[in-house]
Amino acid sequence: MTEISVPSSLDGVEPVQSVRTPIRMEYTFTPGVAAQTYLREFANKKILGVVSPVDGAVLVPPRGADSRHGALCDEFIEMPHTGHIGSFCVTNVPIPGRELDLPYISAWIFLDGADIGFLNLVAECPPEECRIGMRVEAVWKPDEEIGMTAENILYWKPTGEPDIPFEAAGVRGWHVGKEDQTNA
Amino acid sequence: MESHERLSAPLVLEYPFTRTTGPVIGAFLTGLREKIVLGIKRKDGSVLVPPTEYDPETSEGLTDMVEVDQTGEVITWTWVQEPRDQSPWDSPHALAMIKLDGADTPLLHAVLVDNPESLKTGTRVRIKWREKTEGHIKDIEGFLPMEGDDD
Repeated sequence: MTEISVPSSLDGVEPVQSVRTPIRMEYTFTPGVAAQTYLREFANKKILGVVSPVDGAVLVPPRGADSRHGALCDEFIEMPHTGHIGSFCVTNVPIPGRELDLPYISAWIFLDGADIGFLNLVAECPPEECRIGMRVEAVWKPDEEIGMTAENILYWKPTGEPDIPFEAAGVRGWHVGKEDQTNA
Repeated sequence: MESHERLSAPLVLEYPFTRTTGPVIGAFLTGLREKIVLGIKRKDGSVLVPPTEYDPETSEGLTDMVEVDQTGEVITWTWVQEPRDQSPWDSPHALAMIKLDGADTPLLHAVLVDNPESLKTGTRVRIKWREKTEGHIKDIEGFLPMEGDDD
């Protein structure tokens, strides 16, 4: 590191090497049509997806458009509450502000019939037993606590059914074509 | 689609960053903790406050840090009537570019006066230090006009 010369009055004092610069941003979040429709039905314990008008791909959660083609998606369909793990990560190091018991598993969940996944927690499963292709189902909050929030689903747990083939798991199903129905 | 009242909800994003300072900003903040202000000398002898690690024109590394005075002049300013929640200051104040004596570039900070009539471009000001300093730009509480001072 470059030698910096400072006035002698600073000789021998403990140098500052780090500085706290917390950032806080307060927004009012207003969901668009797709997210609002999704959230209202999510509060009824229903999971909605949208169908791409271009190739019929099922996108969940809905974002209002097929981002591959920029095409408006306004056909909603109800999704099952089961799916599989497309990929996952076991976290062993605590992150400030996230109060989860360690280790925990975050995974890309692909609902049955969906062509894209979303990130969520997996539990009731020891980390060493978590697998790509493992079948999972949603564990919801108690009915009286359900609201228009992503926190409705506490986590996903293994169903105990046989795995889907590794090759068909996750986004691989996207590339092999809809006709194969590889995505269960 | 059914018509509904539009949804909205508060959303807060917060990051508890701690940043390493590097040698120059580190020395600047060390100075603030000791209640002195350091600038850095360019080849032509001019002094940058706040200091930078590299010359903003030639990009050459700068290493010679020097102390500047704790008094200076308001170069330009704006009035903040209603500070936001996240502002370091609770009361109305000026935000000013202040060129300290001995420096050739101005520093952005607050001038703690009650109303905009108390301030003019060119007003002489002096640092008001916080009682307890920790090595942060907030070690300077703000600047006060020097009216009445023997200057």
